[in-house]
Amino acid sequence: MKNLVLTTAAIALSAGMAFAGSHSVVRMGTEGAYPPYNYIDDNGEVAGFERELGDELCARAELTCEWVTNDWDSIIPNLVSGNYDTIIAGMSITDERKEKIDFTTNYTQPDPSAYLAMSADVDVAGGVIAAQASTIQASYIAEMGATLLEFATPEETIAAVRNGEADAVLADAAYLGPIAAESADMVMLEQTVLIGGGVGMGIRKSDSELRDKFSAAINSMKADGSLNALIAKYEIGEPF
Amino acid sequence: MRCPIFSFCTDPDTLGQLQWFLCYFTTAKHAGLYVAVGTVLLLLAVTAPVALGFGFAGAVAARSSFLPLTLFGRGYIAIVRGVPDIAFFLFFIIALDQFLEWIRHSIKCPDWTDPIRQGNDFVVCQAAKLPLGTAPQWVHETYGFALAVFTFSIVFGAFAANVLFGAMQAVPHAQTETAAAYGMNPRQTFWRIVVPQMWVYALPGLGNLWMVLIKATPLLFLLGIEDIVYWARELGGIKTARFTDYPHGDWRMWYFLALLVFYLAFTKVSEVFLDRVMKRLTHGQATAGGEAQRKGMA
Repeated sequence: MKNLVLTTAAIALSAGMAFAGSHSVVRMGTEGAYPPYNYIDDNGEVAGFERELGDELCARAELTCEWVTNDWDSIIPNLVSGNYDTIIAGMSITDERKEKIDFTTNYTQPDPSAYLAMSADVDVAGGVIAAQASTIQASYIAEMGATLLEFATPEETIAAVRNGEADAVLADAAYLGPIAAESADMVMLEQTVLIGGGVGMGIRKSDSELRDKFSAAINSMKADGSLNALIAKYEIGEPF
Repeated sequence: MRCPIFSFCTDPDTLGQLQWFLCYFTTAKHAGLYVAVGTVLLLLAVTAPVALGFGFAGAVAARSSFLPLTLFGRGYIAIVRGVPDIAFFLFFIIALDQFLEWIRHSIKCPDWTDPIRQGNDFVVCQAAKLPLGTAPQWVHETYGFALAVFTFSIVFGAFAANVLFGAMQAVPHAQTETAAAYGMNPRQTFWRIVVPQMWVYALPGLGNLWMVLIKATPLLFLLGIEDIVYWARELGGIKTARFTDYPHGDWRMWYFLALLVFYLAFTKVSEVFLDRVMKRLTHGQATAGGEAQRKGMA
């Protein structure tokens, strides 16, 4: 009898744990249009800093992960409604976003945002500045008082400067760097701005177990220096 | 790194222009675009008959003499036609998905005590997830595609219902009265007299709908399906040499031009086809078109 009670209790416990939302497959949501953070490579697969980082984090947290791409515009609503389980898309940790979702500990230092323009003497305070919609850069420009021109994709913000629609684009320096390096007609302005609290993974508020697992994995990568190696490889801001 | 199709593609920097483009257009990433063309065609092939079915059912319901059914049919037509497509797509997909998960949740996890809505989050038990969290990516994609087909069918079904409803009314009264005089009951009159004759009145409207449906396929992108517009934007964007073997500038214009040609060619082919069907249907009908055909042959 005692044995029976024990077994039942054990089964109930293990069943309860299985229910408690241990993810057998974790779906990683990203944008796939923001190199070097994340982009689609020639093979049509998600690649970049966050791909390597995410795969390593999943290995350390002993999770099976799968990559999904989603539009930046609807990336938070689709996380919240459960289409995927994490956002790993170069998303800076801000108070405004924290009202809707939780973040893991940050895996990059706050990356300075930079301006890219057609000439070095652009007046950024009084000009027309392009930025991707619902980014920290977009809200920064809106607060600063310059005229803000929003676009759905990072790509379009660059095109807007090229065709003269905007005077400059404000984005993460890591994103603008390679573009500036390869286009002779565009220049990065000296002036940078420090906004946001570093980049972290976005997780549903109800999913604190998963958040803690990833935070622990990030901390272990910070501790053994492998995160710094990745940051250096993809030239994403300062090391930890 | 997957094996490229052509052996000389291993080092694209050294290639001549023709070979470079040959390699460029056969990357695995471009395969995504070609698959997306197939997706769009498949969507049309599945949606058109399903929407026509919805339309037929809607029209029959709206004509019914049984009041609740009439109200349902007319309500369906009026509501769906009145709501903007984009609003309907965004609302309906999310609502339908959550509704299905909620039903599965109540069946599969009756012991669940936590609320389903926790702040912003919509949380159902893992077993009720649709598709299951453990399902491979293609199941997720197929599920998304099925939702898209269903939504397209509901929207275009409402328009088709309106067209068919009008077409059924347009069949000359003398025809149905004669049928009644011959002793046919309403059901026989409907299937033997009204349905065969209504198509000729319905076809211009249905053809129009088909054209609109072709052009509406980029809405797929709104539903999270990687359609041709997504790939055109992704492939056409600036590519720097650090992240690809095939760096190029902003080529979105060329990709969208190709899309334009694709859609134009497709609608042109449809037009030719619909014209032929119209000729067939007009044959022997008591309409101005049928009369003209008869005189032309004589």
